[in-house]
Parts: sequence; C-alpha cells; structure tokens
Amino acid sequence: MTRLIAVLVLVLGTAACEREQRRFNEASPASGIPQTLKMGQLEPGGSAQQVTIQSEYDENAWAISEGKRSYEWFNCVGCHSHGGGGIGPPLMDSRWIYGSEPENIFATIMQGRPNGMPSFRGRIPQQQAWQIVAYVRSLAGLTPADARSQRDDDLFYKKPEARTPQKGPEGQPGRQP
Amino acid sequence: MNWPQTMLGAAGPHARGVESLWWLFFWVTTAVYVLVLIAAVLATVRRNRPVDPQDPAASRRAGVAIASATGVSLVLLFILLISSVRTGRYSIQGLADPSHINIKVTAQQWWWNVEYESTIASQRVRTANEIHIPVGRPVLLKLQSTDVIHSLWVPNLAGKKDLIPGQEAAFWIQADREGVYRGQCAEFCGHQHAHMALLVIAEDSGKYAMWLESQRRPAADPPDEMAKRGRDVFLSAPCVMCHSIRGTGAGGRTAPDLTHLASRLTLAAGTIPNTPGHLAGWITDAQGIKPGTRMPTIGINGEDLQALLKYLQTLK
Repeated sequence: MTRLIAVLVLVLGTAACEREQRRFNEASPASGIPQTLKMGQLEPGGSAQQVTIQSEYDENAWAISEGKRSYEWFNCVGCHSHGGGGIGPPLMDSRWIYGSEPENIFATIMQGRPNGMPSFRGRIPQQQAWQIVAYVRSLAGLTPADARSQRDDDLFYKKPEARTPQKGPEGQPGRQP
Repeated sequence: MNWPQTMLGAAGPHARGVESLWWLFFWVTTAVYVLVLIAAVLATVRRNRPVDPQDPAASRRAGVAIASATGVSLVLLFILLISSVRTGRYSIQGLADPSHINIKVTAQQWWWNVEYESTIASQRVRTANEIHIPVGRPVLLKLQSTDVIHSLWVPNLAGKKDLIPGQEAAFWIQADREGVYRGQCAEFCGHQHAHMALLVIAEDSGKYAMWLESQRRPAADPPDEMAKRGRDVFLSAPCVMCHSIRGTGAGGRTAPDLTHLASRLTLAAGTIPNTPGHLAGWITDAQGIKPGTRMPTIGINGEDLQALLKYLQTLK
C-alpha cells in the first residue's frame, strides 16, 4: 500500500513538472498559418477538413501565464479587456467570429481582422504569439483547468488585504496603503 | 565590470553606520573568541591540579568566576544589542534636506526602472539600471515593484530596502565621494535574481547636471544612411512593442527606455558590459545570456542587425 502511494506521488509529481515546464528558447509550436484554415461554415466545393494544430502551450501553466503578461503588455487588454470585451469583442465565450482553434486565433493576431483588430505580424515574436493564443483560449475555458492562470487581485470583488486601509489601535491612525 | 560592492568601503552616512557597527561586532566577538580559547587552553593545561570539592574557598572562587563571566557577557551583549538597534534606527532615518533629489525606482523581473521626477514633463528622465547622483546631496528613492518582492541593496551607500508590490517605500541614500557603486537585488525574485544588478554613479554636481541635461534631450536623428535603416528596423521589429526611444514612434513602457542606451555602462541589468559585440549577442540571443528574461528571441537577419547596432550606438 505504502509503495503504491509512493509511486502515485511520484507519477503525480512528474505530471506537475510537465505542467510547469518552462522553455525559454525554442521554435514555436508551428511557424506559419496553415492553408486549410477555416474561417466559417460556408465554403465552395464542400467543406474541407481543417487540420488542427495541437498547441502544447494549451496545457502549460507557465506558457499561459506568459501569454497573460504579453496580453497586457501588448495592450490586447485595451480593447478586449480581461476577457469581458469593450471596444473589441469579449473573449470569455468560445463562439468566435474567426474561429477558436489555436491556429485561427494565431492567424487573427498575425493578420488582423476588419473593424479594428490590428495586425501584429512582425511585432509579436511567434513564441509569444502562441503563448497569447493559449491564454486567450484559457479565458474561454478551452484549455485544461489545472493550467489556467489565477484571476488578478484587482478583479476580485473584495480588495486584497494589503491594499485596504487598516484600523490602528484605539485613538491612533492606521496604516494607509 | 569590477565595481565595488562591499559594506566595508562605506561612501555614505548610512553605510558608515553599518560599517562601524560591523567593526564593533567584529572586534567584540574576536576578543570573546580569543579569551574563550585562552581559558580553554589554560583549563586543559591545569586539569591535573587536584581540587578538593569540600573546600569552601575553591567553590567560592568558582562561583565568582561564573558570575563575573555571565556579567561580562550580559554587558557585552547589551552593548551590541543597543548599538545594533541604534544603527538600525539611524539607517532608516531621512536625510532631511530641502535640496534633495527625488528619484523613482521601480523594480521588475529582472531590471530597475529609474525615473527622475520633475513637475515639468519635459524635465523628466527615464533610464534603466543606472542611478546617477551628485556627491554630497541626499537622494530620496521612491521604491516600487510591479510584480514580486525585490530588495534594493547598494552596500557602499546604505542597507537593504524591500520593494513590495502595491506599496511605495521611501529610502534615502547619499554618497560622500565620487565613484561607481554596484548594487544588487537582495530578495530572491525568480530565475534571474542573480542578474539583477544596478549601478549608482556618484559624480560631482557639475558632471551630474551635464548628464541630466543630456538625458533630457530626445534621441538624436540618425547621422547616416545605415543608422537611418537601423531606426527603421527598430520601429518595424518587435522591439517597439516594449521599448521606447524618445523622439521616435517607439513608446513601449514595459522594458528599459533606450533613448540614451549608448551612454550606459552595462546591458541587461549589469549582466554584460555595454559593447557592440555584447549588444549584438543580447539582441540575437537574450535567452541564451539570461534564460527566462522578458526579452524574447526575435529572428533578425545579419544586415538588419548591423544597421540596428549602428543606430543603437548613436543613442549617446
């Protein structure tokens, strides 16, 4: 029994390593936009099967959190907000105008889309773009839950404790954040 | 790359307090150590001398010896405790002076953003990993962190101060003699914590004023065709997403300001010296030099790289 538990712990441990694995310098999962990319349901001559690229970043917590950072740094947040949308469409649902497969989102980021989505080709390196794809998919709940990023402190209803003023002892001023 | 980073070469009032405290501890503990060793040796040498346990004079002598040793230890420990608390209180005290300088230092993984504040927008200066200060004038550092807890430590000038996200910490430093003093992040903050250094450059007030004046200017226009091409490369590559160069369209705020990159001594927060060769290595393979850094690997061809280097060299 003890041995079984030990083996189980080891196996779970290795799974956790994979989930957190950090690959700083690598070729991104795929480098181009596939010819078979489908944008909608209507296609002349019958519908071709889209070859889906399985992005390994979808299951990697570190890649998703890096994507989240880039999402804010590159100002995706300016239009799409933290998934809720604003000037741009929301990303929290999984029904998207130009498809929700990883390669669709990658193509949308790289090529831009009408009515406001700029093209980031040449501006966002491929690896970071795929990390953003993984983060955006995690917003929509399309990635495994155990890899998703935590919600930001300031998105919670209650303020984080470090940022709330504290009452001092009787008659004395408290700490101001 | 060999700048002093030692608390035993104090160059400022706070550091001097820490240094004299260190020497006090050193001499007291050394004296205690030597005395204890001498006593131990004496006891070993004299161990065969017969002592009568029934002799009241002998037991009184032992009692006096133990009591006086305890008394001396207590007094010494209290001296150390009191001087330590005094130094601690002094080193967090302000150096109130109406002529002090305000500098905002924001730590992030893994570099230091340095902003010279001014009420006039055009007088503000933003640089990275280097703090220039005039000799003999107190400087108020306003410390902030954007991600995790960092700690600023320039041992030659002052003690440590933690930078905690969501809070602003005030910290005073002052240099009493000219020099370049190395500082280091002193709170583990991730992969490249060890490569998160900064330099404090203390110079006389004339030099400092000249430096500040040159930093206030926007980047000069590229002097030749190649540098002009380099600027175009910069503005059309991923560089522009994070870095800013005042005077061009590049306005990213999340990475070091490069307006006067060529005037700095180091690259990547004190990791490598600022030479054209190291700069080329940094642009093509930042992840190889500093794995995990936020600077991504970008594909850039040789000609573009040469032009970009040429341009960045002109940003004096």
